Amino acid sequence: MKPRSMGVNAVSLLAMLFLYGPIIVLVLYSFNAAHLSMTWRGATLKWYAALWHDEALLAATANSLLIALVSTIGATSLGGLLALGMEQMPRRRQQILEGGLVLPLVIPEVMMGVALMLLFVTVHMPLGLTTVILGHIVFNIPLVTIMIRTRLRKLDPMLREAAADLGADAWQVFRYVTLPLLRPAIWGAVLVAFTVSLDDFLVTFFTAGPGATTLPLKVYSMIKSGVTPEINALSALLLGVSMMGVAGSLYLQRREV
Amino acid sequence: MATFSTSPVIASDQSLSSASPTIDIRAIVRNHGSVAAVDHVSFQVRRGEFFSILGPSGAGKTSVLRIVAGFEDPDAGDVLIDGRSMLDVPPNRRPVNLVFQSYALFPHLTVFENVAFGLKMRRVPTALIDEQVRQTLTMVKLVGKEGRKPAQLSGGEQQRVALARALVNKPAVVLLDEPLAALDQQLRQAMQVELKSIQEQAGLTCVCVTHHQEEAMMMSDRIAVMHQGRMWQVGTPREVYENPRTLFVSRFLGVSNELPGRVGEAMEDAHLLQPADDRVPAFPVRMGSGASPGRSVTWSIRPERLRMSRERPVNSDSMLTGVIEKVLFAGSETKYLIRVGHETLWEARTTGAVQLPYAPGDPVFLHWALGDGRVFFE
Repeated sequence: MKPRSMGVNAVSLLAMLFLYGPIIVLVLYSFNAAHLSMTWRGATLKWYAALWHDEALLAATANSLLIALVSTIGATSLGGLLALGMEQMPRRRQQILEGGLVLPLVIPEVMMGVALMLLFVTVHMPLGLTTVILGHIVFNIPLVTIMIRTRLRKLDPMLREAAADLGADAWQVFRYVTLPLLRPAIWGAVLVAFTVSLDDFLVTFFTAGPGATTLPLKVYSMIKSGVTPEINALSALLLGVSMMGVAGSLYLQRREV
Repeated sequence: MATFSTSPVIASDQSLSSASPTIDIRAIVRNHGSVAAVDHVSFQVRRGEFFSILGPSGAGKTSVLRIVAGFEDPDAGDVLIDGRSMLDVPPNRRPVNLVFQSYALFPHLTVFENVAFGLKMRRVPTALIDEQVRQTLTMVKLVGKEGRKPAQLSGGEQQRVALARALVNKPAVVLLDEPLAALDQQLRQAMQVELKSIQEQAGLTCVCVTHHQEEAMMMSDRIAVMHQGRMWQVGTPREVYENPRTLFVSRFLGVSNELPGRVGEAMEDAHLLQPADDRVPAFPVRMGSGASPGRSVTWSIRPERLRMSRERPVNSDSMLTGVIEKVLFAGSETKYLIRVGHETLWEARTTGAVQLPYAPGDPVFLHWALGDGRVFFE
């Protein structure tokens, strides 16, 4: 190996360690038999087993999954329709909408959370599962729209013309050509939206009411009484699910039809 | 700016008016901004005819095709198919199918599904779809590839799928947009023959757009030459090649050896051409009516009409002398660039079988029959 590439490799390795070090430590300690110490007392799965017997935790899991599922369906439908609708608009309006779509992605999430909370309070909507779901739909729409729109713009417009030329009406063009070609992008968007919803803390924190505790909120409340191995185990599980979601989405987006 | 020869144009659309045409294009106009991409174009296509629109890129020929297919609306004029105006008919209800230049095959569908698409949209019963798709795939020699995706096919195979996808619907007219442009030279020549035989076998009416003059001449029953949004001439390949109405048509359809000059004195059945190049002597040319002495003209002759000899030909007034400047051996034939007079370079050809070819620097006599050239008045 050439000296220069050795240097590059060493720096890369350091960077990866910096990125993944905390996660590796967390996952490792979720298998640690010791209860209240950072010393290694041998491997165990008992903290994972303990998660299964924690009623509050299971309730939070159910909330998280329900919120992720409903908000993903909502955001994908609305975001997808927006992406399709934007294609029909004049260029200038598309550009304005594009700017509007990026804004929610770059403003601090705390502000988004506070804004949503204020809105719900103003319209006298009691904070609960519904408000969390609405909040998640809001921040997922831009993600979904941008992902589906990217694919849509890469589609050969001739394909739609070819379908029309072969006798397809507007609905048939969509049903048999546009939709199948968008399918990987749609599933990719579903996975990302689901994952982001599952992991979200800030917006959920401001929009959740009693009975709407999600897993990230639960982890936060548990941590107030000290870092326990259960939290490590729970975090490791959440992490695993998120990574699978993102990996699946990347795979789908790269895949050609 | 148009330069018209007075030589009679035998083919014109009047000869068609008795038989009812499949396609009748009436003075269509299509403006792109202030430019007329299509400028009062009219033509008619008979049933079973292979009709080509030939022209350089930007001539407006693809716009004509897209107007017939319904993807663009004309700003004026009418499009009739089987006697019915198509202006209010959306593309999916027109009895035409377009073979796209890029093929536009559906990448997520198999060969079979691509070809079946049109029938499926018209809700043809499955058993019938099956039968008709297989028949069409047999015709274009794609049996055995039904289950492949377009990405798994060669360029030639993709071209066949595109063709089959249009043919299976038995459209009144098949529109072809540069159908062979994406293929390499050898495949292209093979497909020219094949496409033509499929067209004849199935009795298809085709309108083909191409910038490739040889392709248009070999496949077409009639050719329309288009340039700057206008149609300059419509006729059989031979008519358009032998009797071009304008210099543009003459140049676009092959090599045009030209000599500008003026009309000289009248002779028995010809006029003397006084070349602008004073090193070239005057010679007699048939000009027809419109030849008034002093008028500016350009005379043009095809390379294959020029005969070459080392000795002065006897009894010929239609003759010039030149010097071989370049010899281009191309296998079956040899091309010569010959300097005639001061600045005129002409091309002549001999078959490759000639034993004693000419060499650069050789003086040569060029001669032809009196009626071989064409005159274009300015």
